[in-house]
Amino acid sequence: MSDSAREQAAQTPEIAAEPGWLKDKWARFLDSDIYYSFKRSPVTIVAFTLVVLLMLGALVGPWIAPQNPHDPAQLNLMDGFTAPFAENQFTGNFYLLGTDDQGRDLFSAILYGLRISLIVGIVSVLFAGVLGVTLGLVAGFFGGWIDTLIMRIADIQLTFPSILIAMLIYGVARGLVPVDMRDEAAIYILIVSIGLSEWVQFARTVRGATLVEREKEYVQAARLIGLGRGPIMLRHVLPNVMGPVLVIATIGLALAIIAEATLSFLGVGAPPTQPSLGTLIRIGQDFLFSGEWWIILFPSMTLLVLALSVNLLGDWLRDVLNPKLR
Amino acid sequence: MNKTLAIALSAGVAVSAWGLASASPAEAETLRWARAGDSLTLDPHAQNEGPTHTLAHQMYEPLLQRDMEGKIIPALATSWAPTEDPTVWRFQLREGVTFHGGEAFTADDVVFSINRAKKPTSAMKELLNSVAEVKKVDDYTVDFVTNGPNPLLPNNLTNLFMMDEGWTTENDAVEPQDIANGGENYAVRNTNGTGAYMLVSRTPDERTVLQANPNYWGKGEFPLEVTEIVYTPIQSAATRVAALLSGEVDFIQDVPVQDLGRVDQQDGLKVVTAPQNRVIFFGLNVGDDDIPSDNVEGANPFADVRVRRAMNMAINRPAIKQVVMRDQSIPAGVIMPPFVNGWTEELDTYPAHDIEAAKALMAEAGYGDGFSVTLNCPNDRYINDEAICQAVVGMMGQIGIDVALDALPKAQHFPLINKWETDFYMLGWGVPTFDSEYIFNFLVHTKTDELGSWNGARYSNPELDSKIVSLASETNLEKRNATIAEIWAQVQEDQVYLPVHHQVLNWGMQDGINFDVQPEDQPHFKFLTMN
Amino acid sequence: MLAFIIRRVGQAVIVLFTVGLVAFAIFRFMGDPVENMLGQEATVADRAALIERLGLNDPIPIQYLRFVGGALQGEFGISYRLGRPVSELIVERLPATLELAMVSALFALAFGVMLGVYTGIRRDGFLANVIMSSSLIGVSLPTFLIGILLIWIFAVEFGWLPSFGRGETVTLFGFWESVLFTVSGLKSLILPAITLGLYQMTLIMRLVRSEMLEVLRTDYIRFARARGLRRQAIYFTHALKNTLVPVITVTGLQLGSIIAFAIITETVFQWPGVGLLFINAISFVDIPVMAAYLLLVGAVFVTINLIVDLLYFAIDPRVRFDSPGKGA
Repeated sequence: MSDSAREQAAQTPEIAAEPGWLKDKWARFLDSDIYYSFKRSPVTIVAFTLVVLLMLGALVGPWIAPQNPHDPAQLNLMDGFTAPFAENQFTGNFYLLGTDDQGRDLFSAILYGLRISLIVGIVSVLFAGVLGVTLGLVAGFFGGWIDTLIMRIADIQLTFPSILIAMLIYGVARGLVPVDMRDEAAIYILIVSIGLSEWVQFARTVRGATLVEREKEYVQAARLIGLGRGPIMLRHVLPNVMGPVLVIATIGLALAIIAEATLSFLGVGAPPTQPSLGTLIRIGQDFLFSGEWWIILFPSMTLLVLALSVNLLGDWLRDVLNPKLR
Repeated sequence: MNKTLAIALSAGVAVSAWGLASASPAEAETLRWARAGDSLTLDPHAQNEGPTHTLAHQMYEPLLQRDMEGKIIPALATSWAPTEDPTVWRFQLREGVTFHGGEAFTADDVVFSINRAKKPTSAMKELLNSVAEVKKVDDYTVDFVTNGPNPLLPNNLTNLFMMDEGWTTENDAVEPQDIANGGENYAVRNTNGTGAYMLVSRTPDERTVLQANPNYWGKGEFPLEVTEIVYTPIQSAATRVAALLSGEVDFIQDVPVQDLGRVDQQDGLKVVTAPQNRVIFFGLNVGDDDIPSDNVEGANPFADVRVRRAMNMAINRPAIKQVVMRDQSIPAGVIMPPFVNGWTEELDTYPAHDIEAAKALMAEAGYGDGFSVTLNCPNDRYINDEAICQAVVGMMGQIGIDVALDALPKAQHFPLINKWETDFYMLGWGVPTFDSEYIFNFLVHTKTDELGSWNGARYSNPELDSKIVSLASETNLEKRNATIAEIWAQVQEDQVYLPVHHQVLNWGMQDGINFDVQPEDQPHFKFLTMN
Repeated sequence: MLAFIIRRVGQAVIVLFTVGLVAFAIFRFMGDPVENMLGQEATVADRAALIERLGLNDPIPIQYLRFVGGALQGEFGISYRLGRPVSELIVERLPATLELAMVSALFALAFGVMLGVYTGIRRDGFLANVIMSSSLIGVSLPTFLIGILLIWIFAVEFGWLPSFGRGETVTLFGFWESVLFTVSGLKSLILPAITLGLYQMTLIMRLVRSEMLEVLRTDYIRFARARGLRRQAIYFTHALKNTLVPVITVTGLQLGSIIAFAIITETVFQWPGVGLLFINAISFVDIPVMAAYLLLVGAVFVTINLIVDLLYFAIDPRVRFDSPGKGA
């Protein structure tokens, strides 16, 4: 995502004040194949814009939301089930996207829920990525028993479906946390459970790429001039495996967001007083037949747009970074 | 035209053939029935649990049962009364009753069944604690001998099913199903009762098929219009409602409150509603000097009755009823369903929702700035349990009590109450005996090995304890009721629990079905009629 | 090759032991089974007695050894919820899950390959792009939501397909209750199979497409074209064949996830398989059933991995067996 972040920064006028080297890099980026391909794919541009918008919404949510939906004392039960674009029949209050069964403003709840879903998604992918990349690098570069050990653990974990792993880790972690801290801990537990169930993908890819890179001449040369293993891995091997890692991370982000929603359905997701998008959907499905369609529609649409856009970006990245397809 | 006639004729033949075997039903009526959970076992004494009893009631019968209004009516006994000795109850049995296998029902079967239900692996033994012995007087008379007078013995017998001694012994099922040791016996998958329906086939969690018993004693007494029952548990609420809406089932229990409107509006479907024998309330740890889940050092805010009253006032019951329950609840002021002996309208009045008065009480108790605490709540047990808890969290926030909600599946929630690991929790209570003593025994009496097992409030009042114990053997009903009223007055005065509401049952069904809602959520299909 | 198989089986055994041990440690936190097994009238003494009789007071290692001892003889104990031997329950329920998983996998494979080939050939075609983008919708919504939406549309609004259960079954070999031979059974299979297979279909389609794109650029395909071979022949005999190795690997590995995700599909559609059994076991803290289910899923995964590796060998002789841990 670092390219996109830079690009986003560039769209603001401050870029002129940036130091020269950044400008230089920026110019090089504009000239690159990646940017060229980006410019030529309208679907990717739309997906990218949507992801940026949703992330922005999650970021500034607490300032633009009319209500803090995670503070139960702010909710008025009598506002419950207000239809979108209409006034509540008892209180006369107006909510843009309506309210859920607790009188929670759906617009605010979606912004806050998006925040939780994105935090869980991004942090768990980062967690899985750092863990997987490190272990993959170490396994690939050192080989021997370290490699065997790490890859055996990965094999064992692959023996098990990730959703079950997440459920089990969630079960244990909850058992270990004292009762009165469970509410706050729930999000962290989710991150760890999803992250721990996704690291193998990273490790396998990075190990494979490292095995290839290790034999290349530049690495041999770096060794000859006496560079230690650590610097070689970090400075020379790592950048060369970043492409596939980026692709896995993007698709992993979409997967993690969906996994969070699925865990919510199984009753092991974010707590109902701090609903994530997944929790909002789980609550909303109860009202699918009863006529309160907005409670499930708006959160589902948000989740769909987010996951779809991230997936489209991942797709595009894969095509761009795969030299064979160019 | 000819073809139609031929079909009608053959149908007529089928009906008359059926008619030979069973006199009353005019034609075969299949009822497809769904609810959230399945029966856990067919062994009638192995589980003391709603769905298990409900299915058993179609095939087995107790001596006396509750009808669709909750009134006790004769089943296998025709009459019963205490004898001159108040510790002996005499039951006259129905004559000419046979089991599905053809065996005659006699006093021996009653003695055998009650003894079976008292065995260590039986889940029904607690209901028979007061029964010392069951004696056969003659083939159709039995005496129940109790430890001390027990004026309410019949109330405990409504789910105690009668098995055939010969069949059970022959098939080696004398011991009720024992999960700790081998698990299965013949009665877990086979039945031989006296009930209106007989088992045809059963796959747990999938499908159970029952067929009318052609030799049922109750012909002419009950409508018995349904001749075949197909029972399917459907766990997912949305799918259950979908199955009714799409016409795949005829009758469902556990209709989610939000879907009542949709079911009612649809052509050909209707919803029938009645109050349930279950009250929902919150328990507070009132007994300990300090509680771990709050942020108050060295004191227990719940020990102060003013805090409890303030919390009671802060609960906006009409709002919960209107929004969370969609009008499908009866706000409660006492933890006793209206069917129960001891209930009065006065006890069941609840204080007006008054935030200012509640805040004043909090300030008076020294908690004007509030405190924080954790609320434990089940999320798969009662109607909209988690949503009620969420709403209450908000209401407590309005008087300064910062509540963290921990909603858990029932398997994790209830142990917290029993092990005294929660200070603020939700609980629902049904009263199968329809008498206050049952509530006192479990919820009010000090927790001991025998009594007070659900007293998560740690409430202890020795004076009340002795009054509660005295109820068990008091034969003067007037005096007994006076004691019950005294106990309730004290419980209300101490605000031990915070009542929320009485649950309302909703059954969804095809328009053609006439069926009342049974307050214990037990449909007895022999009462069902069709338009 | 024999050495490879032996090594893999040895590995599988270690995996299963680990799974069992982890599972046992975890169940401590899932709740208290005794609470559910006794009615609300149970006394403190009744609870203590049952805990003692179930052996739940013993230290975990002892409980684990007891479980392993039983499992080695094919006995997984008695279900706390249903009071019947767990092995029997699993044998009873497994056919439902296996049929659902197989049909889902076939659905995913058939449609995935078809759409993958099409989108690969028409790389920049409009329809191909629409298929590519819309296929992502299937992986951008959680499974349970897709299931409920399908029920809503096809069962409630149109009334075409059943919303729950398995319909009529036919008994094969004396124990296998099959839905594959009755109309109502097949109809009841459609919605759950689509719900379960949608994700895998998208995965296979994208895989086939990208493999096709690569193969179509290789020299021998260009030569084949230059020789004037018919396009269909090129696409389906030469190009598609070359994409098979990764497709088989992924389908095989995904079969395991299909069985795992069946938990959700089975709950939504009340499909009486082992997934539903597992979900019910969780809410009842039915430890023997949970442990047996986890072992079963572990065993299925290990077996599938092994078969996939062997297939790999059969299809592509270049693969050598001394490189562990290849796959998707």
